[in-house]
Amino acid sequence: MFFRLFCLVSALFLVVPVDAQTDVIGQRKALMKAVGGATRDPGQMLRGQQPFDLAKVKASLDAYADSAAKMSALYPAGSETGGETQASPMIWQNKADFEARLAKFGSDAKTALAAITDEASFKTEFPTVMKNCGGCHETYRAEKK
Amino acid sequence: MRRFLLILLSAVFLGGVGFWFLTSPTLFHFVRGRSVTLPDAFQADAARGERLFWAGGCASCHKSEASENKVLLGGGHELKTPFGIFVVPNISAHPRDGIGGWRFEDFALAIREGVLPDGQHAFPAFPYTAYQRMSVTDLADLFAFLKILPAVEGRQPPHALAFPFNIRRGVGLWKWLYLDGAELAADSSQSALWNQGAYLVNGAGHCAECHSPRTVLGGLMPDKRFAGGRMPDGGEGRVPNLTPHQDGLGSWSLEDIEEFLKTGFTPSFDSAGGSMAEVIKNMGHLREDDRKAIALYLKSLKPLPKAP
Repeated sequence: MFFRLFCLVSALFLVVPVDAQTDVIGQRKALMKAVGGATRDPGQMLRGQQPFDLAKVKASLDAYADSAAKMSALYPAGSETGGETQASPMIWQNKADFEARLAKFGSDAKTALAAITDEASFKTEFPTVMKNCGGCHETYRAEKK
Repeated sequence: MRRFLLILLSAVFLGGVGFWFLTSPTLFHFVRGRSVTLPDAFQADAARGERLFWAGGCASCHKSEASENKVLLGGGHELKTPFGIFVVPNISAHPRDGIGGWRFEDFALAIREGVLPDGQHAFPAFPYTAYQRMSVTDLADLFAFLKILPAVEGRQPPHALAFPFNIRRGVGLWKWLYLDGAELAADSSQSALWNQGAYLVNGAGHCAECHSPRTVLGGLMPDKRFAGGRMPDGGEGRVPNLTPHQDGLGSWSLEDIEEFLKTGFTPSFDSAGGSMAEVIKNMGHLREDDRKAIALYLKSLKPLPKAP
């Protein structure tokens, strides 16, 4: 009876941490998709595909800052595997640099929030924030499997 | 018994001689090589060469490993492939450790036929299968640009390849299968811009080298060119289909492709990562009409389903 209970509880210890890992992978993928989604409106404004709208730009920058703040907690040790992920092992080999880049993304977004007041300032400031994407992805995003 | 041994030894000897003959770089040049003589009045221009330097992605492989400076071409990067590890050589202007002592003919033959000045074959990890499409005048411009870049001291160690791929002479056989030596024929039914795109994509750009599936011998399959495939490092990473098929670039407009080459952002505002992020940086150094030309050419390809 106790032996069976012991087996059940041990099995839970095996199952639950794995679920927590894949949850982390799922969460960060969703967050990255949200960052991409938040880029749509300002991106289209820069390409002249939609009219400039300050409120939408600020909403995107808020989303960026929010994602940047939440992101680092979603790459704990051991989450290199455990689900379908394009997160490169380089992240865990260079954790400090990865976290610094996330922090910079967040602070660039906050700087832009203060600096962007009209279309002209939007056109000069927003591309700077977007440069963070490629800078991180070049090193830390692996090709799709 | 003795007669059998004699016949066997003769066969081995003749086989060796035959191998040596078939893999001769001189034979290859005689049969498939094109002239590397420049037109009389031609003046090489390093500024024109710089555009080809970025189009060709030279720095992305040959940049000194410990540096971010893209004009320090001391090599050292390791390319892990199913054939073993290739160590990228020094192609800086150093006279002893790089290409500083090379003549233009040496450079042109290396780029177009994969032959080094000492007569050895270069391994096709160096994509001369694509660079062979480049014109001799473009190569002169590129050479002029490379010669004005800094000299970096230090030869790199040799490659670490598995048997039998480490038998360098064997590349001579591979070339008969995969190096056609042909000039890129201009298509007079297409615009000048389209032809510019075809030249950039198939020549310096060497896009097909990553974006196509390969045979077990590491060559490209002409009927699946640009259909995507596995990363050349033999890992699990996949490279997208560039043909205008629904599982390739079918839903992308010309402007979408141009924008991606300029900024790295896809139509859905995803941002290129991995090796392609590096390529985007190189593409950013090209002219706007170059990126337009590349987009035009890619959208004109025959749609192919993505290679497994």
